[in-house]
Amino acid sequence: MEWASQLCENRGLGSKMTDSKYFTTTKKGEIFELKAELNSDKKEKKKEAVKKVIASMTVGKDVSALFPDVVNCMQTDNLELKKLVYLYLMNYAKSQPDMAIMAVNTFVKDCEDPNPLIRALAVRTMGCIRVDKITEYLCEPLRKCLKDEDPYVRKTAAVCVAKLHDINAQLVEDQGFLDTLKDLISDSNPMVVANAVAALSEIAESHPNSNLLDLNPQTINKLLTALNECTEWGQIFILDCLANYTPRDDRESQSICERVTPRLSHANSAVVLSAVKVLMKFMEMLPKDLDYYGTLLKKLAPPLVTLLSAEPELQYVALRNINLIVQKRPEILKHEMKVFFVKYNDPIYVKLEKLDIMIRLASQANIAQVLAELKEYATEVDVDFVRKAVRAIGRCAIKVEQSAERCVSTLLDLIQTKVNYVVQEAIVVIKDIFRKYPNKYESVIATLCENLDSLDEPEARAAMIWIVGEYAERIDNADELLESFLEGFHDESTQVQLQLLTAIVKLFLKKPTETQELVQQVLSLATQDSDNPDLRDRGYIYWRLLSTDPVAAKEVVLAEKPLISEETDLIEPTLLEELICHIGTLASVYHKPPSAFVEGSRGVQHRRIPPRAGSVESAESPDVGQSGSSEAPPAVIPSQGDLLGDLLNLDLAPPTSTVPSVQPSMQMGAMDLLGGGLDSLLGGDIGGSPSMGAGLGAAPTVMPAALGGAPAVGGGLGDLFDLGGGVGMPTGFYVVPKTMWLPAMKAKGLEISGTFARRGGIIQMDMSLTNKAMSVMTDFAIQFNRNSFGMAPAGPLQVLTPLSPNQTIDVSLPLSTNGPVMKMEPLNNLQVAVKNNIDVFYFSCQFPLSLLFVEDGKMERQVFLATWKDIPNDNEAQFQIKDVHLNSDAASNKLQGSNIFTIAKRTVEGQDMLYQSIKLTNSIWVLAEMRVQTGNPNYTLSIKCRAPEVCQFVYQCYEMVLKN
Amino acid sequence: MSASAVFVLDLKGKVLICRNYKGDVDMSEIDHFFNLLMQQEEEGLVCPVMSHGNVHFLWIKHSNLYLVATTNKNSNASLVYAFLYKLVEVFTEYFKELEEESIQDNFVVVYELLDELMDFGFPQTTDSKILQEYITQQGNKLEVSKTKVPTTVTNAVSWRSEGLKYKKNEVFIDVIESINVLVNANGSVMSSDIVGSIKLKTMLSGMPELRLGLNDRVLFAITGRDKGKTVTMEDVKFHQCVRLSRFEGDRTISFIPPDGESELMSYRINTHVKPLIWIESVIEKFSHSRVEIMVKAKGQFKKQSVANNVEIRVPVPSDADSPKFKTSTGHAKYVPEKNWVVWSIKSFPGGKEFLMRAHFGLPSVEKDEKEGKPPITVKFEIPYFTVSGIQVRYMKIIEKSGYQALPWVRYITQSGDYQLRTNN
Repeated sequence: MEWASQLCENRGLGSKMTDSKYFTTTKKGEIFELKAELNSDKKEKKKEAVKKVIASMTVGKDVSALFPDVVNCMQTDNLELKKLVYLYLMNYAKSQPDMAIMAVNTFVKDCEDPNPLIRALAVRTMGCIRVDKITEYLCEPLRKCLKDEDPYVRKTAAVCVAKLHDINAQLVEDQGFLDTLKDLISDSNPMVVANAVAALSEIAESHPNSNLLDLNPQTINKLLTALNECTEWGQIFILDCLANYTPRDDRESQSICERVTPRLSHANSAVVLSAVKVLMKFMEMLPKDLDYYGTLLKKLAPPLVTLLSAEPELQYVALRNINLIVQKRPEILKHEMKVFFVKYNDPIYVKLEKLDIMIRLASQANIAQVLAELKEYATEVDVDFVRKAVRAIGRCAIKVEQSAERCVSTLLDLIQTKVNYVVQEAIVVIKDIFRKYPNKYESVIATLCENLDSLDEPEARAAMIWIVGEYAERIDNADELLESFLEGFHDESTQVQLQLLTAIVKLFLKKPTETQELVQQVLSLATQDSDNPDLRDRGYIYWRLLSTDPVAAKEVVLAEKPLISEETDLIEPTLLEELICHIGTLASVYHKPPSAFVEGSRGVQHRRIPPRAGSVESAESPDVGQSGSSEAPPAVIPSQGDLLGDLLNLDLAPPTSTVPSVQPSMQMGAMDLLGGGLDSLLGGDIGGSPSMGAGLGAAPTVMPAALGGAPAVGGGLGDLFDLGGGVGMPTGFYVVPKTMWLPAMKAKGLEISGTFARRGGIIQMDMSLTNKAMSVMTDFAIQFNRNSFGMAPAGPLQVLTPLSPNQTIDVSLPLSTNGPVMKMEPLNNLQVAVKNNIDVFYFSCQFPLSLLFVEDGKMERQVFLATWKDIPNDNEAQFQIKDVHLNSDAASNKLQGSNIFTIAKRTVEGQDMLYQSIKLTNSIWVLAEMRVQTGNPNYTLSIKCRAPEVCQFVYQCYEMVLKN
Repeated sequence: MSASAVFVLDLKGKVLICRNYKGDVDMSEIDHFFNLLMQQEEEGLVCPVMSHGNVHFLWIKHSNLYLVATTNKNSNASLVYAFLYKLVEVFTEYFKELEEESIQDNFVVVYELLDELMDFGFPQTTDSKILQEYITQQGNKLEVSKTKVPTTVTNAVSWRSEGLKYKKNEVFIDVIESINVLVNANGSVMSSDIVGSIKLKTMLSGMPELRLGLNDRVLFAITGRDKGKTVTMEDVKFHQCVRLSRFEGDRTISFIPPDGESELMSYRINTHVKPLIWIESVIEKFSHSRVEIMVKAKGQFKKQSVANNVEIRVPVPSDADSPKFKTSTGHAKYVPEKNWVVWSIKSFPGGKEFLMRAHFGLPSVEKDEKEGKPPITVKFEIPYFTVSGIQVRYMKIIEKSGYQALPWVRYITQSGDYQLRTNN
């Protein structure tokens, strides 16, 4: 209120006829007066009163007491008044839910008003009244408005479905509004299409499993057509929706890209970024040798550069995204360094981002210019910016070897400025330069040492101490320097303490005679006087090492360090892929997956770039990605774990012993379930954490490559899974973990997850049924639709006890393959109906083809040869299986567990050729040749079969078995 | 998808007006906004996205207002900023100036606009010309029955109303090129580019189809013409009205124009341009006593052309005093609140060279804090000339009533972001 009254004092009451006069009611008895005015007979007075009410609401006064009086004004033919009353309703309905009902009638009536503005206004406001009680009254009017003749009403109604869904999802589903909304995607009016897409995307986002936006080529085509005609915002909705689609093949991918590229010329930056998102994602599917791929790459650079002329906030979003794009596809912007040069008047957040990108783009070709710029920046006044600039100079030295010398001299110049924070940053980066180019720039150490006293930041102190320790033999007074730090040891941060400890131990190992006292002192400080476990442990380890075997200590502490990586702060590839799918959004600004900052999105599937089509890696790459494995970037400083491992190696005698027993026991899993399971679990641990392995008397470094961590863990889990299932049959069949088949949301509270297994020649469908509803479920039954291999339940679904709320039971259903046959798409698709006392529910799932590999699938050699020749070459399909760390024997054993039989093995020039046969339950034979080259983790698999459509699925089984 | 709510705040962080679009973020969360902002400003690390718990604030500042959008989802951030700037544009067109006072004076219309511009977080109709057809400031004078949804709102042509009539049909085309230059202290040009803009003022009846022809190199290559000078546009951005797929296909710029003023397109040209006004400067700082400045400006463009309203801004230390100037032309003025000297030259013919000297006193006690190194900036306008050589070859105007319309073209080159770094 103050501003309103102040305002009026300033200008003299009523001097100007503006809305501000409504803010000037007298304070005493205000509500009472308003009440009287609201009930006035005079239209004009009424309206004035409503305006006053809204004015009070605007300044945060509680005028909810006037609810009935305001709602009484709702029935008016004055549009402006109606809008104000609606506004009031939206604000207060929630606090007065009982009275909100009073408004329902007017809404219903207004939704049939001859004026489309009023119909739309009503349907728009209705959805904003978040009172559960009245929602069901709104269904009929909404239904009418969704079919309204005026597109303005339809587009508003489309959004209203999303609003209603947010309040009561079940109601919206029951009323069939979702289907109506889907129909609107085919509406003749592009604005309606755009809003329908927006509403559906919004709903789909909160219900990731709902499969609402089942995009297919037909709908995609409709969206692309609407894209040309709708407003800029509509274009964004559509582009964002397109980005969720996975094209079937590279052709489709290209044709979508072709229709999206014109959007790069739109004046609205958000349209451009959303188009970039679609293109960046889909171009992943295009073969790199395609001409169009190159064209597309070239088309992306100019619009990205132009984004830098947008408003600063948009520039910021663009820069954060360019940072991702540069990491994913450096070639796009490699010639555009200049546009990232910092301008004096750029806001700080833009400056810092530009600097980041400059470092990423730095190369031998542009380094001179970049360095000149960085030096310029380093003499600016903005502390954070200057620090980052100094750091950037160091990064350039590490990244572009030819420039290292120039970088170092630039850094020295900067140290001479004596600006405290510049000196400290410079020392931190010089430490990294020393790591990268050992024994090259040590001449500068003297200059560095001069600045010892001015260092007050832990990182700089730690860096300086590291330098002194590392080059102790060249620094005459190294002991004095380090000793000077020791005085205030306990006031230092952990980082500095650890570094000091290590540096003094290094010094001692290099100059043992003069520094014995010093090392005693630091060891006792670290172990006896410190309560920091990291420091204490490191101290003890050094102590013990030095006392038992100084030679070994030397080997460990002064060991040659691995080189540091050229790039820093690279985003981990799987995360990068996910972020690329979120270009333009907050995730891309934060460089975090949405699950990290959006509540309730943790279960949401992470978005992924579709794999490149047409190439053999297609089926394999998603698995690799989802397992989250990625190469760790080389560490700058060897991690604690490595150090510990090394140390223990030294303590425990012969480090050269291998672990021959582990590998066979893994293959024995089939015979000896318990032993095998345990052993392979241990095997997994050995691979996973070196220190454990060492503790068990085996040196991790000499483990056979075939026992890589990940597969061993998988195997162990797989075996355990069999145990847990309780139906353990001795078999090596790999069972996929259960996946969600039927979400509770779609089945009135019944949730089914499941998997398939083949145990002792019997196919079983293992399911977990969970009751997420409020009432007990009984009378379960199951049926299959006809399917490609005639699978059918061999008995009834055995759910003996009623399933009470929140209870889960596991059932195992034996299957036969004598049922009716019908070819499905995909081939291994199975449509299932489950009935209970509530309803019948349908879902479909896909089984691994290995389920159908029978036990007597071993072909005679002669027959194999003849059959191989007999099958036309056209039926042969070739695949690549990547990253399998098994030798051919281990692989062959593993495959046999899934009834893939090796008939013969030939070794030619270090390459093992395995000939294998498989027989399906319907007596189809599949022949395979697998080529394994020693030391190469990639296998080549050729499959021949009279029914070539099964090849792809057989290949998937190979993948699954070999990788788990 | 985008904003949960939109707020307009005054400089003290007080909410002037707001609209809750989705109801999934508590409206009182906005109370944290200002504290966060203050905190960031103190640390010198302001960022256009801030978060408090699960709530994210995306904000821009305009005159004495903050426009803030809140969300707790993974919103499309670029859409939100583009929308906030659109809000500024629409409000400005409605109220002339967007500031604290105009929000208060027009709160009823502001509410109406907020209701129409966005629905459940999805931006809707944001074209202010079209909005003005059905959301008017004189709401009370309006007869209800007459307020109908303009078909334009949902038309494919959502930027132009039907049935416009002009006695004289004319189009004014302004081709404006801004020169961006960044010159290093040692005189080397670090980056330079041209950002061009073609603005229209259309006064045409009916629903005319327009086609604009430029001497675009790519177009000429497609059509096989090779006479005359052509221009390579690095990147082109178009108004909503231009058919983008058509341009992508055969480089034709075809459109139904919005009525009145609008920016039809903008383009960027990367070719290295010689800085049109070249500055050489010597700034000598004698600590505790004085600063001596010598600036030489040279017009590096054709003799026939003249640069108008040239302003050369030379930075001086913030503690400088007692200015003295000498100029060979124009006049110099000290602007202490900006810490610069402005040397203004009304008309600056091509090929000419001018000189300015300035002398400032410095206090004997030096300030502690270090000062930044602001660059020299230059402002100018050169009419009847484009640096890139871009030309409007034709503007075809076809309307079914068959009237004749006249296109008028004007060219102008001006300074954009024109910065020359100094040694001091």
